[in-house]
Amino acid sequence: MGNVIEVENLRKEFKAYSSRSGLMGAFRDLFTRNYKIIQAVHDISFTVNQGEMVGYIGENGAGKSTTIKMLTGILTPTAGKVSVNGMNPHKEREAFVRTIGVVFGQRSQLWWDIAVQESFRLLKKVYRVSDSDYKEHMEHVIETLDIGPLLDKPVRKLSLGQRMRCELAAALIHNPPLLFLDEPTIGLDVLVKLKIREFLKEINQKYNTTILLTTHDISDIEALCDRVIMLDEGKIIYDGSLQRLKENWGEGKQIQFTFSQEITSAELHPLTAAWGVKWSRGEQDNSWIAHVPKAHVSEIISCIVNHYEIQDLNLYEISTEEIIRNIYEEGVAHG
Amino acid sequence: MDKYMEMIRIRFLMMLAYRTNYYTGILIYCINIGAYYFLWSAIYSGKSSIQGMSIEKMATYVAISWMARAFYFNNIDREIAMEIREGQVATELIRPYNYLGMKTMQGLGEGIFRLLFLSLPGVVITALLLPLHFSTDIHTWMYFGLSIMLSFIINSELNLLAGVIAFFTLNNEGLLRAKRFIIDLFSGLILPISFYPDWAQEIMKYFPFQAISYIPSMIFTESFQGQAVVNGLLFQVIWSVVLLFPIYMLWKAAKKRLVIQGG
Repeated sequence: MGNVIEVENLRKEFKAYSSRSGLMGAFRDLFTRNYKIIQAVHDISFTVNQGEMVGYIGENGAGKSTTIKMLTGILTPTAGKVSVNGMNPHKEREAFVRTIGVVFGQRSQLWWDIAVQESFRLLKKVYRVSDSDYKEHMEHVIETLDIGPLLDKPVRKLSLGQRMRCELAAALIHNPPLLFLDEPTIGLDVLVKLKIREFLKEINQKYNTTILLTTHDISDIEALCDRVIMLDEGKIIYDGSLQRLKENWGEGKQIQFTFSQEITSAELHPLTAAWGVKWSRGEQDNSWIAHVPKAHVSEIISCIVNHYEIQDLNLYEISTEEIIRNIYEEGVAHG
Repeated sequence: MDKYMEMIRIRFLMMLAYRTNYYTGILIYCINIGAYYFLWSAIYSGKSSIQGMSIEKMATYVAISWMARAFYFNNIDREIAMEIREGQVATELIRPYNYLGMKTMQGLGEGIFRLLFLSLPGVVITALLLPLHFSTDIHTWMYFGLSIMLSFIINSELNLLAGVIAFFTLNNEGLLRAKRFIIDLFSGLILPISFYPDWAQEIMKYFPFQAISYIPSMIFTESFQGQAVVNGLLFQVIWSVVLLFPIYMLWKAAKKRLVIQGG
């Protein structure tokens, strides 16, 4: 199993121009403009093996899309080494892009005014896929994604969910060994999301397709990826298994109490201070959430129940989403 | 080559997707030809010829210039600029083809569509209404065919150049408008080059614009004879080769500078 993606000290800088204020400023901008150099991606290194499904996550503007664009040969890196499928994406663009599939969730790569099948036909010619390969591979894809009835409709008449399934099929026409998905589930409903996830898992198993996925929907990552790479301000702050992330950060539970009368935090804090519990106000009236270390769950519940009358009680795991939020708030991930 | 043929086909389909555009297209061309014809009739008003061109030749010149325009004219400059402005160029660059080559093919698809479905009906309609003179010499038609092919190439090359500049400026709407106006004016579409003052004609020898409209129209009306035809075609060939260099250089620089707008 070779490395499909090798990235070493990859950097991308942009010039960000700023406008001066006022009319005079606008005139001055005609001649000289102020700019700052912004490091969208700052010396990152990682490798991805054949057949891995990797979640690439980060806040808006963290540099995810910029990285993907460098890995797919669209943008030229400012510095550093990139090797994808054994090629330099930017230098050998035309040969290289034959070996990858890309879906940009926010852009359509199908032709807007013509039927989906015409786009497929063009892409089949562009990637020089033989009739027999196309038939064998695409019939299955079309069936699994359930887009057969959509093929003769122009793209502009499809709903977002329908379009995204067609986009995915279009990216797979040449059955690439490596797939980049840039926010593929943005704005989709739960059913379509599930269908797309299942499909991605299937092609990963069937063809050992490597998938690099960016998303803001952590449930995508939980459903698909064993490994996450977390990016913040252009730097990798975590690279490892999702499991380890949860173990290191997701210790403890949350207990939500709904009391029958009004309670203040001043009343709650002294009771549980010995276990290091943090309290925060819940969304409903009279509800409080205790953030509790795992070992002391039962003690805390019995303590609270003994002191106050409660109406309801819920126990939660700390969600991955929360873990990730915590990491971003606190900075670099430990472990 | 297959994929380029397929692209031409796709462009046909796209043109057919909007039929209203197509019918209004024919109408607009007929109106333009009519307007210029009546303008020239007023200018001639009794004179049998100006600058060695009879009114009949002028009518044919006007009609054929507009018909040829339907073929060589395309909007790939605007499309490139728009794709860059909206970041759509990202999806073009992940395809295994030459972006500019594919754009040119789309222009060709559009050109062939308009030639067959817009120019031909337009010529038939105007020929019924105006006194046009068509040559019966097969050679004239062959030279004309070759010449408008070269017109298409030169015009597309200028469009590519103008479009690629959007990679640097990100918004070049003004430049595109200026380019369109300059081409209509200096290509001989509005006024034959032989009507310009001598000094202007001299200057225009150093620009590619007359290769776009003036040369094919002069060939078609048989105002160019013998050596003039050969010189005209040569002028076109030279420019279509020369223009490749700045395109290549700009494109190479542009890819390095590319910024994808909108994430």
